[in-house]
Amino acid sequence: MRMQDVVLRFDADAVLKGVTMDLDVQGCTVIMGPNGAGKSLLLKLMHGLMAPTSGQIMWGAKAPSDVMSRQALVLQKPVLLRRSVAANIDFVLKARGKDIGLRDGLLEHVGLLHKATQPARLLSGGEAQRLSLARALATEPEVLFLDEPTASLDPASVLAIERIVSDARSRGVRIVWVTHDIGQARRMADDVVFLQAGQVAEHSAAAAFFSEPRSQAARDYLDGRIVF
Amino acid sequence: MQSIGDALGLAFALVFSGDPDLLEIVLLSLRVSLTATALACLIGFPIGALVAIGRFPGRNAVLVFMNALMGLPPVVVGLMVYLHLSRSGPLGFLGLLYTPTAMIIAQIILIAPIVAALSRQVLEDLHSEYAEQFRSLCLTRLQTVQALLWDARYSLLTVGLAGFGRAVAEVGAVIIVGGNIDHLTRVMTTAIALETSKGDLALALALGIILLVIALGVNAAVQSVRMTATRQAYV
Ligand SMILES: Nc1ncnc2c1ncn2[C@@H]1O[C@H](COP(=O)(O)OP(=O)(O)OP(=O)(O)O)[C@@H](O)[C@H]1O
Ligand SMILES: [Mg+2]
Repeated sequence: MRMQDVVLRFDADAVLKGVTMDLDVQGCTVIMGPNGAGKSLLLKLMHGLMAPTSGQIMWGAKAPSDVMSRQALVLQKPVLLRRSVAANIDFVLKARGKDIGLRDGLLEHVGLLHKATQPARLLSGGEAQRLSLARALATEPEVLFLDEPTASLDPASVLAIERIVSDARSRGVRIVWVTHDIGQARRMADDVVFLQAGQVAEHSAAAAFFSEPRSQAARDYLDGRIVF
Repeated sequence: MQSIGDALGLAFALVFSGDPDLLEIVLLSLRVSLTATALACLIGFPIGALVAIGRFPGRNAVLVFMNALMGLPPVVVGLMVYLHLSRSGPLGFLGLLYTPTAMIIAQIILIAPIVAALSRQVLEDLHSEYAEQFRSLCLTRLQTVQALLWDARYSLLTVGLAGFGRAVAEVGAVIIVGGNIDHLTRVMTTAIALETSKGDLALALALGIILLVIALGVNAAVQSVRMTATRQAYV
């Protein structure tokens, strides 16, 4: 994926101020940065849910909207249908013309098979997030966007989600993961994009980013000093 | 003129005697209003859904128009339907005036806007919650509408019940287009109006009691639907 001089404005305010970056075909990119830096918006732009005010985003030779159906997005707050856990998966499988028989396997994979008949909206935060992830995987995406899927989850749920995503990655799914969890970024990232105030302050390989971040902003962030 | 006490006593006796005339009136009322409600939902839900998720020029005008239609005075609707169905009217050849069908048509016109406007609100709220996720899943417009209608099923059921409540209690329109003809188009509300004016308070009260029970029943149904749905977080 190639992003060039992407600017996003709301009224007069530029929220993204000229973002340029390239992502490899494979691996897991972690996007970090303080609240309000523009991480969620960046994901939505890459996925094609929003269009930039100016600049260009291309997946190979294609526009995001042309490849959206081969990508999946897990929102920070899962949006679940007012149906059972199983019906939430069935809905996506049917809508995408896939085999309903895949459902139990998917639920098993995220450890929710025993909750299949429960109303989805009564799941706990961690369970809801796992269902949201299972639904994303049901579309068999080539690219998986995760927007802080483990914020406010207990350590076991965090590890469960990391395991599921690692699994997908080893099957060749491209991962783009927004997180504030530095430990998680260390565990998951191949490369790290550090976003600050709508600009890429740094984009480095994970090892380099954590051992010797090049930007002052990233250094401050990793040390727990607030960056606004 | 009977005393209220006597009339009430007679009324309860009538209700529990299963008087065939009374039963006929009640059943016709239910048939007309249930049919009108079902058809009004068939028309109102899709319109509500399209306006809820559609972004088209003139959408605001449609919204204003829909809300204005909600407040249509029943007698005016009755008059309009009468003018269309009367012998010299454009649809006079159908011979529908003073039939239950005419009453159904009038009630549909009365409550379809209510169903459409209320369901539009319900579906728009739900859509604002689902829209981003649905777009990410690349759903078609039809799949989106179907999913919204299904996921709003409990709210839409209460919308339908509200429409039915209004239809069954309405008198102005059905008396004009139905004519309150005995054994043919006499429903509960028109019978109550007639019997009261004739001074037969027992029959009027008996029908009034049944109408009240139906109204209470509808409310109880709405309440229990709400509770079931809330328990499962389906609202
Ligand atoms: N629709 C909108 N209209 C105006 N401003 C918006 C809109 N959406 C987002 N913003 C602004 O854009 C900025 C970046 O938002 P974004 O959600 O991308 O932040 P983020 O980096 O994901 O933050 P967080 O870590 O808190 O999730 C914020 O300051 C936000 O107020
Ligand atoms: Mg965010």
